[in-house]
Amino acid sequence: MTSHDNSIGVGAAELMAALRQLAGIDEISQDEFFVYLQVDVSRLVSVMRSLLNDWGMNYLANLSAVDYDSEFEVVYHLYAIPDNGKKIAVKVRVPHQQAQVPSLVTVFPTADWQEREAFDLMGISFSGHPNLVRILLPDDFSGHPLRKDFRKEA
Amino acid sequence: METIFIDIAEFLTSWMVGLGLAPLWADLIITILQWAVIVLIITVNTIVLVWMERKVSGFIQERIGPNRLGPFGAFQTIADTLKLLTKEDIVPARADKLIFKTAPMFFIIVSVMLYAVLPLGNNMAVVNLNVGLFYFISLGSLSTICLLMAGWGSNNKWSLVGAMRSVAQMISYEIPLAFSLLGVVMIAGSLNLSDIVTAQNRLWFIILQPVAFIVYFIAATAELNRGPFDMPEAEQELTAGAYTEYTGMRWALFFLAEYTNLVAVSALAATLFFGGGQGPLLPSWLWIIIKTYLIMLVFMWMKWTFPRIRMDHLLSFSWKVLIPVSLANILVTGAGLELFRWMGW
Amino acid sequence: MLKTDPYTINIGPQHPSAHGGLRAETIMDGEDVQDVIVHLGYVHRSVEKIAESRTYAQFVPYASRLDYLASHLPTLGYVQAVEKLLGITVPERAEYIRVIVAELSRIASHLIFAGSLAIDLGATTGMIYCYRDRERIMDMFEMSSGQRLIASYMRIGGVSHDFPDSFYPAVKSFLGDLPKMISEYHGLLSGNEILQARCKGVGVLSADDAIAYGITGPNLRASGVAYDIRREDPYGIYDRFEFNVPTGHCGDSWDRYTVRIEEIEQSGRIIEQALRDMPAGDYLGKVPRIIKPPAGREVYHRIESAKGELGYHIVSNGTDKPHRVHVRAPSFVNMMALPLVSRGGKLQDIITNIATLDPVLGESDR
Repeated sequence: MTSHDNSIGVGAAELMAALRQLAGIDEISQDEFFVYLQVDVSRLVSVMRSLLNDWGMNYLANLSAVDYDSEFEVVYHLYAIPDNGKKIAVKVRVPHQQAQVPSLVTVFPTADWQEREAFDLMGISFSGHPNLVRILLPDDFSGHPLRKDFRKEA
Repeated sequence: METIFIDIAEFLTSWMVGLGLAPLWADLIITILQWAVIVLIITVNTIVLVWMERKVSGFIQERIGPNRLGPFGAFQTIADTLKLLTKEDIVPARADKLIFKTAPMFFIIVSVMLYAVLPLGNNMAVVNLNVGLFYFISLGSLSTICLLMAGWGSNNKWSLVGAMRSVAQMISYEIPLAFSLLGVVMIAGSLNLSDIVTAQNRLWFIILQPVAFIVYFIAATAELNRGPFDMPEAEQELTAGAYTEYTGMRWALFFLAEYTNLVAVSALAATLFFGGGQGPLLPSWLWIIIKTYLIMLVFMWMKWTFPRIRMDHLLSFSWKVLIPVSLANILVTGAGLELFRWMGW
Repeated sequence: MLKTDPYTINIGPQHPSAHGGLRAETIMDGEDVQDVIVHLGYVHRSVEKIAESRTYAQFVPYASRLDYLASHLPTLGYVQAVEKLLGITVPERAEYIRVIVAELSRIASHLIFAGSLAIDLGATTGMIYCYRDRERIMDMFEMSSGQRLIASYMRIGGVSHDFPDSFYPAVKSFLGDLPKMISEYHGLLSGNEILQARCKGVGVLSADDAIAYGITGPNLRASGVAYDIRREDPYGIYDRFEFNVPTGHCGDSWDRYTVRIEEIEQSGRIIEQALRDMPAGDYLGKVPRIIKPPAGREVYHRIESAKGELGYHIVSNGTDKPHRVHVRAPSFVNMMALPLVSRGGKLQDIITNIATLDPVLGESDR
């Protein structure tokens, strides 16, 4: 009766084994929905490029940034169009002081605005982004509201 | 009933002459009086027309339309007019003030001047001009200059785009409009509108010149800036085009002039193609009112049904379809006239 | 030769066709568009930040204000994401109820699309007809949830109320009238020469571009890619229904219009099947009073909303409030296509393109 059976299902073990061969992965794990790849910032673009070219993960569905107290984590959720059953989430972690992640605009054009949003709200700077300006907040806004240390004013 | 208005005019003239006024002065006073009556009719008629347009659009859109003020919401437009009269007159700080302020005046003046030659019944034109049709067409294109003045004077990009559109549209649609009327003129053999009406004694020109009527109708819609050709306004694209910066009474003058033009163009269509004031039983001036209103109903029907056409499609439609068709119509009409003359009709 | 200078006009944020608060800074040469720069954020309400200080259940009304034209869809995506996070299941009947209201929402959203396309092109009457039919859906939502536009009907573990008895005849008569309505739209809108001329060949989005830019939903399918999350990656009970995934041919505005009209029919089919198979039973499952997902769990759940892929990325920290909620809003990503499809067109094509890309600004600005 389980309703949300859009899990990765069978073939996950093989997928894990094959993904281990991919260069540049620090850590690999999975739950019932995604295979998670922990990637170092310096190798993000090359991993993404090989996921796109060799694995057919041509659809960057979501890009979101999470604030863990001393680090930021940027999560990329990848799918394929047409669907090939693989669901891969790539994660990178950067320290608070040096919140810089390479931009993926050249690999996935759809990252453009999503990176701008992460920059706007979380203050992560995406190096190599062609037009990294605020997208949702006004240009003269100071601070990045989704950071946990952002001071809220009623 | 037929000659009631002419009788009144004649009675007034003879009464004034009887008071010792020179006949020339009496005529002049009567002409001014006629103008005043026409302006009054135009203003009152617009109120009726706005109400009618709202009711017609409501009917088309399965709505009721205005229904609160007065019987069938008839006083709604009067309330709206009062609102417009009392609204603040805003002139943008960086507008070209003289042009901005005079544009609506010129627009309404030009529209009212159209009525000078319209025969509103047998022998009921204010001025029975020999080149009446010519006068009508040339004045009709003047309104574009007023729109350009409004667009330029507002110093607003939307307004300017709207004004430029209206100029481009005028240049393109003035030609098929004039050409389509040429066929009528050829058959009637006169530019005088009263003569054209008389020429339709036996047969209305809608039967002899159906193509000309269709071309005229389309081109007139474009000239009137009504949907689906309401490019200069284009609410959904240019906010309100040339009228964007206008408020209160200045805006109302544009509105008034648009409806005035609508009546004039419809009345001209009734005159040229539907036999003017001809018809059984009823007096001629009533017939022309009925015909004009029926034609206006079709204009409204079109406006509330169609989407707005794209600017480049609009222009290419005029140059590639309407102008060749109207030229061919002139050719066919000329050949037909020759043929009939040769056959001895 | 005349010398021309490009000029800039702002379509929006205050503009009749800006669909809420969109600002398209347009660089024009006469009537030709050279470039479009989209500015968002005029209705930004910091929904994601608010989520961090609300409990899981309290966020549902906020979710309904994302896509306010089809409020059942964003709330559905949110509660399903939380259910995934908790690992709980939903009673059968609740699943069917969810499918019915979600598909009705999709129809309502697509009707708004058709209506606003009509009015953006200047056909006021087309809008009224579409809104007239949408009104019946709103009445049904009022029956089921008490709310018409922004219904917080979804609950974690089910829905808030069962359907009242009056709901079934209403939805059945609506489905019965659906073919008539669609043929009316075809008569008034699709069959109109001017509308076709304004839409065909305007705003062409190629399939490759659509995939690369992450365009989803009807906009992607109009480009000829049969990618529907209900079919490819079914959530809830969508794998039980039979429906077609309509696709377009060349990805122009006309395809985006026809695909949505066909989707209305397909949604009608799904609702019919759901009504037929709907079992009796509970409409709300057993859910703990205080929802505290285990710490460190995260989930990305996506549904096929009326506008495209609507995803929720939720990270828990063991408390009753989420650590992070990220909304992947389809309208936000889809608006990236506007400059792409509008360049080189006419001013009036931008209006068509905004209308057919069908953004809802509450969702894209969040």
